[in-house]
Amino acid sequence: MTHSRLNTQARPTIKASPMIQVNKVNKTFKLGDQAVHGLKNIQLTILAGEYLSVMGPSGSGKSTLLNMLGLLDVPDNGEYWLQGHDNICLDTVVMDEELRAQYRRDHIGFVFQSYHLIPRLTAAENMELPMVLAGIPPIQRKARLAPIIQRLGLAERAGHLPNQLSGGQRQRVAIGRALVMRPKLLLADEPTGNLDTHAGREVIDLLEELNADGITLIVVTHDMQLGQRAKRKIRMIDGEIVLDQLPSDEPL
Amino acid sequence: MRLQDQLVFNLRSLSRQRFRTVMQLIAMAIGAFSVVLLTGLGEGGRQFVMAEFSVLGKDILIVLPGRKETSGAMPPLTGGVRDITLQDAQAISRLRNVAGIAPLVVGKVELSYSGRQRESLIIGTNERFFSIRHLTLQQGQGLPDVAIDQARAVCILGAKLKTELFAAAPALGQWLKMAGQRCRVIGILANSGTGLGFDMDHALIIPVASSMQLFDSHGLFRLMIEVRALTDMAKLPQQIEQVMQQRHDGELDVTVITPASLLAAFDDILAVITLAVAAIGGISLFVAGVLIMNMTLISVSQRTAEIGLLKALGASNKQVRGLFVSEVLILCLVGSLSGIFVAQILLWFARQQFNGLLFIAPWWASLLALLVALTCGIVFSWLPAKRAANLLPVAALR
Repeated sequence: MTHSRLNTQARPTIKASPMIQVNKVNKTFKLGDQAVHGLKNIQLTILAGEYLSVMGPSGSGKSTLLNMLGLLDVPDNGEYWLQGHDNICLDTVVMDEELRAQYRRDHIGFVFQSYHLIPRLTAAENMELPMVLAGIPPIQRKARLAPIIQRLGLAERAGHLPNQLSGGQRQRVAIGRALVMRPKLLLADEPTGNLDTHAGREVIDLLEELNADGITLIVVTHDMQLGQRAKRKIRMIDGEIVLDQLPSDEPL
Repeated sequence: MRLQDQLVFNLRSLSRQRFRTVMQLIAMAIGAFSVVLLTGLGEGGRQFVMAEFSVLGKDILIVLPGRKETSGAMPPLTGGVRDITLQDAQAISRLRNVAGIAPLVVGKVELSYSGRQRESLIIGTNERFFSIRHLTLQQGQGLPDVAIDQARAVCILGAKLKTELFAAAPALGQWLKMAGQRCRVIGILANSGTGLGFDMDHALIIPVASSMQLFDSHGLFRLMIEVRALTDMAKLPQQIEQVMQQRHDGELDVTVITPASLLAAFDDILAVITLAVAAIGGISLFVAGVLIMNMTLISVSQRTAEIGLLKALGASNKQVRGLFVSEVLILCLVGSLSGIFVAQILLWFARQQFNGLLFIAPWWASLLALLVALTCGIVFSWLPAKRAANLLPVAALR
């Protein structure tokens, strides 16, 4: 279980390519009997180590894009190539759900607006959970967890339950949980949405530090200030990418 | 996911919903409890009946007057039945394979001794009866070893009858009055309880010829026959029927039964009853299973966010399904084991309370309860677990 099997029903076409390559992806939702375009003809290439923000009004499809990139949702058509083990890219659209789950576990970290911690587990246990699901033995789990707890400044809070923690601490636990499997891609959906300015600031600093260490960071937000901090800014309206501002486009 | 981790995860989640967990455990325990307890009681009843009948040894045949004809009427009710006389009994006792016979005449008579009166069961028989019924004497002697057509004015008292008539006073050698006749007490039975419906503790045993005078009858109620060798058991009934047919002018009007066949028939009936009772217990297990399924369905809908999170963190459908199935299995295992345990304790108390009644649940009852519980667990957790596993992570996280 700890190692991905790459030869599944997915077409084993291998490309030497960027970390993420999205081709002509569409996703429609049924709202009553009306079809709503969640994603419209999305074309996107993301390189390893990038720092992106996705902005746009509510219902513009930015969360749908993030869920699709995080393999939580599957597009109706198109291709989504994602780098896995040994930098091999696979088209995740045609993968089976079991392999997609493995991809999520091994290559993607999630940070949610409402933390999504399990209330009956302590901070440390919440952070440990992905490793538990991956079947990693307890000794290795502890060894991996210790430096992360240290880095997040949660050493004194590790034994506390989520409801004994502040919002900022909870989000740091969630980030710790996203990091324990050492993913290359970190997806954050409104990570500061439930936090006050100070705590939100700390969380953003932490995420940016991680990006500086090499992790690819994609942040979805409608906070302009936060969005502007990213090196690459994507703007979405009605399921379409209307603006993709690369670092080089920035005015000096 | 490692098994220990899964177990810890399940236990955490179960202890989080303590009230619901306890309720489900109780339901499951009651189910397993009733299976074990009911079969234990059924089995105790069966053992009791079997013990009653096994007072007679395997080497005993019983001849009774009359024959169950195709009309279906029971032997004593068919009219015109000829008695089995003492001469018939003597003829049978001359058969080569017969070790001995005990004729039996039964009736009720008013006894009196110095003003005290009792209506008592009178058993007219011979000395052989004592060995066949394994009766022992606490005082005096048994019936005199005389020809069976010889009347003697002697009697042997049942243990409780003795106390009722004589209290602590010595009874041996005293004369009892019974319906105008007198008899001398020559022996007193040890406590012997009931067997075959006769309460020997309250019975008075007299020679068979005396009892026939007393009741003014010529026929025997039963004739018990002791076989010389068990291997003769198969052909002896036929020989007895032949003798009786000859003596009764070619008409076969007696029935020969072997206790073994009687016992086997009863055993079959009682085993079916025990099974039926176990099935009733099984129904309550099934009901408990349905309850657990509903509870688990509720739990799945309440925990959609958690399920979505687990999937986002990389749990596969199989893992999510496994988590819910094992949670239910833990409930079923712990619940049914504790039910079985409590039932065994109650049966133990029942054994202490009713001495001699063997309330023992057969080993298969406990095993059955456990297996049914676990099967219920798997079957009834499948639907909720599948529902949980098939949740889209994105839908579950919203």
